[in-house]
Amino acid sequence: MIDNFLLLFDYPVLSADLALNGLLIGAVFVLAAFGMALVWGVLNIINIVQGEFVMLGGFVALMAAEAGLPVLLGIPIAALALFILGWGLYRLVIFRVIDRDLFVSVLATFGLSIVLQQLSNELFGADVRTLEAGLGTLLLFDGAVALAQIKVLAFFLALGLGLLLWLFLKYSRLGQAIRATAQNPRAASILGIDTDRVYAATYALNAALCGAAGALVVMAWAIHPYIGLPYTVRSFLIVIVAGIGNIGAVVAAGLGLGAFENVAGFIFGTEYQIALVFLLMVLVLVWRNLRLQRKRMYLK
Amino acid sequence: MKGRAARYAAVAGAGLLVLAAPFLAPAFVTQFTFLWLMIVFALTWDLMGGQLGYNSFGNILFFGIGAYACAVFQRDSGLGYYEALAIGAALGGVLAAAAAAFLGLGILGLRGHYFAIGTLGLGIAAGEIAGGWDYVGAGSGMTVPLFPGALAARSLFFYFTLAALALATFLTLRWLYGTRFGLALNAVRDDEDKAEAMGLYTARLKTAAWSLSAFFLGISGALAGNLIGFIDPRDVAFAGATYGVWMVLMAILGGKGTLWGPVIGAAVFHITQEIFWTYLLGWQRVALGLLIVAIVVFFPQGILGTLREKFPGRFGSKAEVQ
Repeated sequence: MIDNFLLLFDYPVLSADLALNGLLIGAVFVLAAFGMALVWGVLNIINIVQGEFVMLGGFVALMAAEAGLPVLLGIPIAALALFILGWGLYRLVIFRVIDRDLFVSVLATFGLSIVLQQLSNELFGADVRTLEAGLGTLLLFDGAVALAQIKVLAFFLALGLGLLLWLFLKYSRLGQAIRATAQNPRAASILGIDTDRVYAATYALNAALCGAAGALVVMAWAIHPYIGLPYTVRSFLIVIVAGIGNIGAVVAAGLGLGAFENVAGFIFGTEYQIALVFLLMVLVLVWRNLRLQRKRMYLK
Repeated sequence: MKGRAARYAAVAGAGLLVLAAPFLAPAFVTQFTFLWLMIVFALTWDLMGGQLGYNSFGNILFFGIGAYACAVFQRDSGLGYYEALAIGAALGGVLAAAAAAFLGLGILGLRGHYFAIGTLGLGIAAGEIAGGWDYVGAGSGMTVPLFPGALAARSLFFYFTLAALALATFLTLRWLYGTRFGLALNAVRDDEDKAEAMGLYTARLKTAAWSLSAFFLGISGALAGNLIGFIDPRDVAFAGATYGVWMVLMAILGGKGTLWGPVIGAAVFHITQEIFWTYLLGWQRVALGLLIVAIVVFFPQGILGTLREKFPGRFGSKAEVQ
């Protein structure tokens, strides 16, 4: 452990390699975190299914490629498929838990996440799967740092989608309706906004974002049916650090988390990487809460 | 007097049934043993989730700590089987309670869904750490010492120890819910700020409740580890996806915040699971997820909660005049 830590200083190129690869992973976390912040802010639901949407997006892209479609076309297909799934889940379950106790929505989405996770385990098998995107590798610093081009593409695509999301929320008719509903659902519905449809669209949009993220994950890294929960926890972590309404902070927190995870995973050993993410989340929660407790407040 | 005599008769009958069950239906001893374990799970979860209003998704953490502490003690102590198991189980309980008291310093300050997700993170992190730590066998888990005796004696031994543990848990909680402490727990659940304003030491109360819950869970983990015979980090000790979820589900199914609710929920859930799930082959976990969604969305009051609403005269809480 200490050896690995010192190694980072002896070989700065290695540190750069780890941090850069981490930043690229972070972009995908950012995408899922956008969705989580959206659903949290508008529906007031902490969506535990988030990670399963990512995982399913990956499997959809995988199936699309196996059906003979161009690999990169898998990204929009995954987004579209997940949009439909998100809409369906909203109509089946989510609308019933919106105004209920927060525990109900956490537990209900947790149940949904078990359903989707186990269904994909039955349908696709428990193997670790990956998809070759057919893009080359980018070499930096005289070949000392190798970056797969698909990861670079994933990075810019994630940031581009984030920008699109921001423009959509700011200027489009539906985006404005979403923001209005987030501010005050009652006032929004008095002004003629169909809040139920806005909720459905928001939830489906979140699923689509996660689906696109999942397609990138399967091309740049790998997926398996049980990969979901870490992604949920990462998006949750990013959102509680960055806050719900701040897109720039979400990007910064997501990229930072990616870099931290990669470097820390190298120092402590990759077998502890997931544990580190979960512990970091607990520490961030406790730390933020302790700061609030000084003012006799708590995280709400 | 008549009511009291009838109640004593019912208790004596139930006691006889518990004692006789393994001899009446010897084929089902293991199922009965797991039923007692499930009752401990549901009762300890409900102490936090139902009575205190702190919905923990990570109570499985204490079960795992107990299982590992006992197994390590049995491996390294060099004592005989029963001594090592007894001391190991006590050690497991105490360590779990200490872990709850320590973690509670930070975690119990969180409220609502933050507490739920924070504890979920703790439970999974513990499984991942145990899966990488060589001292406790890393990913390949730990085996416990062999039981010195026949197979039938072994099942009876674990049946009675777990039954005793479930009974001890039940009686402790029953006594506790009748005291000032129990009322204080409910006050925190109903409105923590007001409870604090009324002069309750909420931090101490919450820590005490979590430690108590962890103590029983730790002992149950020690016993269950020996009952199962093999401690896998993710599938037995820190089995968040099975035991960890079942705890919550059983307590809600039976009725959160009642004494008998978790017991009823555990029995109904366990029996349903044993009867139906063998026919579902690989699909039982899908069914579990659907069950959670259905219960939480359509039946959040649970069995006892619904009965109380429908028949308040028969099942409602009674105020006793002393």
